Amino acid sequence: MPETLVFYAFSALAVVASACVIGQRNPMYSVLLLVLSFAAIAGLFIQLDAPFLALALMIVYAGAIMVLFLFVVMLLNAPQEDALIWDRTHPLRHPVITRVGTLLAVVLIVELAYALMRGNDLAQGVGSRAGRETVSSVRELGRVLFTDYMFAFEATSVLILVAMVGAVLMARREGEQS
Amino acid sequence: MVPLSYYLIVSAVLFALGAAGVFLRRNLITILLSIEIMLNAVNLTFVAFGRFAGDVDGQIITFFVMTVAAAEAAVGLALVIALFRHRESLNPDAFTNLKW
Repeated sequence: MPETLVFYAFSALAVVASACVIGQRNPMYSVLLLVLSFAAIAGLFIQLDAPFLALALMIVYAGAIMVLFLFVVMLLNAPQEDALIWDRTHPLRHPVITRVGTLLAVVLIVELAYALMRGNDLAQGVGSRAGRETVSSVRELGRVLFTDYMFAFEATSVLILVAMVGAVLMARREGEQS
Repeated sequence: MVPLSYYLIVSAVLFALGAAGVFLRRNLITILLSIEIMLNAVNLTFVAFGRFAGDVDGQIITFFVMTVAAAEAAVGLALVIALFRHRESLNPDAFTNLKW
């Protein structure tokens, strides 16, 4: 039972923090609330026997990527009161579009709920089939990563190099000779 | 033991919140943050299914998704900076022209 309570606490925290990220007009608070949401998801990862991913989420995502976002928010220093006007002049603010969109959203929710209620496997406990020690060990994760997924791993390093070069190139001032 | 469907419901809710953020917000930085919410919702699904199936493949895919998300955030923020230099605005409606 404490397991279920912890699950409810973390998932409620994740959902509420994510909703606040979207409801917020100040991007600074949005970034900080997203860090809170990531912390809650990291808690869910630990419950799912993925401690390595939980730590990677906190260190890489919350520690590095969100700080990058914070830097950009502070660097640009955009005025906040514009956001109110932007919301009023939203191109999707049209009565017909709004109604059709609401209808589609309700259909999607009903469909998802139906699919999740129907599956027999889905009602089983999430760890009921698994051998506990094979999933949670970081050694096993590293072994699979460097043998079966070797090519994907190397391709990722090329991707990061390309992203780095692209980011430097695009953020450079125009007309500046290097 | 928490059933698998609970994790799927949580990640579906998180994904819907992220999608709603992309559609509703008019700030480029908030849109990027909503994309991060959606990526994490999918990560949660992968890890839950990986735990359910009892192998590490779900965690490996999540690892790759995180790497791609880092690259995406770097390029996306560089684009935001370049766009802000052009128009002094973060409203996506200011950037409807392909060339100016």
